[in-house]
Amino acid sequence: MTTTTQPEARWAAVRAGLTRGWLETKYSIKEPGDLVWILAFPVIYAVVLLFMRGSTVPGTDFALGAMVLPSLVGMGIAFGGLTGPASTIAVDREDGTLLRAKATPNGMIGYLVGKILMFALTTLVSLIVMVIPGVMVAGDLRLDARTWLLLTLIFLVGMVATVPISVALGSLLKTSSQTGLLFLGSMLLIVPSGIFYPITALPEWLQWVGQAFPYYWLGLGARSAMLPESMAAAEIGGSWRTLEMFGVLGVWAVVGMVLAPIVLRRMARRESGSTVAAARERYMTKGY
Amino acid sequence: MSAQDALSPSGDVALDVRDLRMRYGTKDVLTGVSFAALRGEVLALLGPNGAGKTTTIEILEGFRMRSAGEVSVLGEDPAHGGEAWRARLGVVLQSWRDHGRWRVRDLLGYLARFYRPYATAEVSRPWDVDELIKVVGLAELANAKVMTLSGGQRRRLDVAIGIVGRPELVFLDEPTAGFDPHARREFHDLVHRLADFENTTVLLTTHDLDEAEKLADRILVLDEGTIIANGSADQLARELTTQAEVRWTSEGRRHVHAVTEGDPTGFVRQLLTGDLGVTELEVKRASLEDTYMSLVHRAETDQAQQTDRTEQTEEVQS
Repeated sequence: MTTTTQPEARWAAVRAGLTRGWLETKYSIKEPGDLVWILAFPVIYAVVLLFMRGSTVPGTDFALGAMVLPSLVGMGIAFGGLTGPASTIAVDREDGTLLRAKATPNGMIGYLVGKILMFALTTLVSLIVMVIPGVMVAGDLRLDARTWLLLTLIFLVGMVATVPISVALGSLLKTSSQTGLLFLGSMLLIVPSGIFYPITALPEWLQWVGQAFPYYWLGLGARSAMLPESMAAAEIGGSWRTLEMFGVLGVWAVVGMVLAPIVLRRMARRESGSTVAAARERYMTKGY
Repeated sequence: MSAQDALSPSGDVALDVRDLRMRYGTKDVLTGVSFAALRGEVLALLGPNGAGKTTTIEILEGFRMRSAGEVSVLGEDPAHGGEAWRARLGVVLQSWRDHGRWRVRDLLGYLARFYRPYATAEVSRPWDVDELIKVVGLAELANAKVMTLSGGQRRRLDVAIGIVGRPELVFLDEPTAGFDPHARREFHDLVHRLADFENTTVLLTTHDLDEAEKLADRILVLDEGTIIANGSADQLARELTTQAEVRWTSEGRRHVHAVTEGDPTGFVRQLLTGDLGVTELEVKRASLEDTYMSLVHRAETDQAQQTDRTEQTEEVQS
């Protein structure tokens, strides 16, 4: 009997969620603490470029700096999508944001839509700022209609492949102080991802580890979009493996979409005023 | 369109709780709570810390599964309440710290949007946000960041959020904790306004008897997981304070005896004929406040696991 107005109410929640995502992006950009994260990749890249000036990819005359740019774009997408939502969910659970969403009709829908939009927008801002140092190597890149189409696709698929998994991971954390573990894990996964060090130069077992996670594939995808065709020779199998890339990211997306609602719902069910109060208590007495 | 009409509770009962029980592991927190609330009624759930107030209210809000008993909130079981049901409830919990970065008006405006689809012919939802901000006295702070609000201002925002959807029933958990007397009084006016003009049912928890007396049509006293009294402040005074205290001095020692039932005269007659050395005799009927304070005191000492609390009285009774 509640079904007559339910689709309409859900749709209203989705639209409210879009407003939420927009507002939170606005607040985030004005917050120095967040801005550091948003600008981290462009700044890292600018520094990397400075050190790589004049160097070329071994055996070619291709600028090393141009080679690293797409890898960092891929890493930016993966890092933004994987670590961001997990850490905010843990924080939002403790300060009562999630409980507030639960107390509002269809509030969880608004919350999730808002989060996804906010992470998409802030990651996008970060990628756009990367254009500034990127101009220095633009001459070496392949920039045409295909580049932009592929980059847009990779960005969207990357978000869908990482945000749900991150939401699930964040729901599993017991306290917000455990988000440090997620950052540590992400850093470890970046090592065999082929972003800072060619994956083909790693021992084979590490190559397999790297290829199991989205970092490698998002980096590969971004390289396939922005580097000249000839650079594919440096990749595993001498190919961009575009199909495999979308395939693996697709599997991550499906796994995330299946897991996230289950884990999130289970976690949210346990939330109540007293759990929020307990978190506050712990925060006040221990300071974390 | 008619979805909400079908959900209206039959009759005027907003809340109906029967033999509600809650057990965490081996600890019984609620051991059979029963009460009901009519539409537009303001109920105060009064009790010492640890009496089970928050547990009760969280079960009614649908945030906690009960162990046993029957509960009906606006005609539905909160354990299975849908979103349309949730739209008719307002929840104000203790200790919110959420949305610190948001501006007051942005946050209320955002939350208000979720309620718009649930407006009916009788209830226009949500509140006009600017009007609501004025009602809770935050007009000058409409553009302030939530984290910059003082404790009392934050609490008023919480109340505004709780009622932004024009709920038929509002839960307020310790709403005035940390308020100064002025803020407390303004808050009381707000609750009266809700009940009188909006016909909103209010269930609030408090451990402050004075507040319960000022706000509530009816007070439920919760102690050790069960309701030990239920009525207006006047009724409570009669119901709870049947006991009288008899104090006297005998052989240089001061004695106190609580007569728990009926007329203390019989006990006094016996005492005087049995012990001719009695002086400084006093017979005093306990006030509601005395009774409540002794309840609170006992709950606190229970928690501190002190067992020597009734020594003096027991000495006399034995």
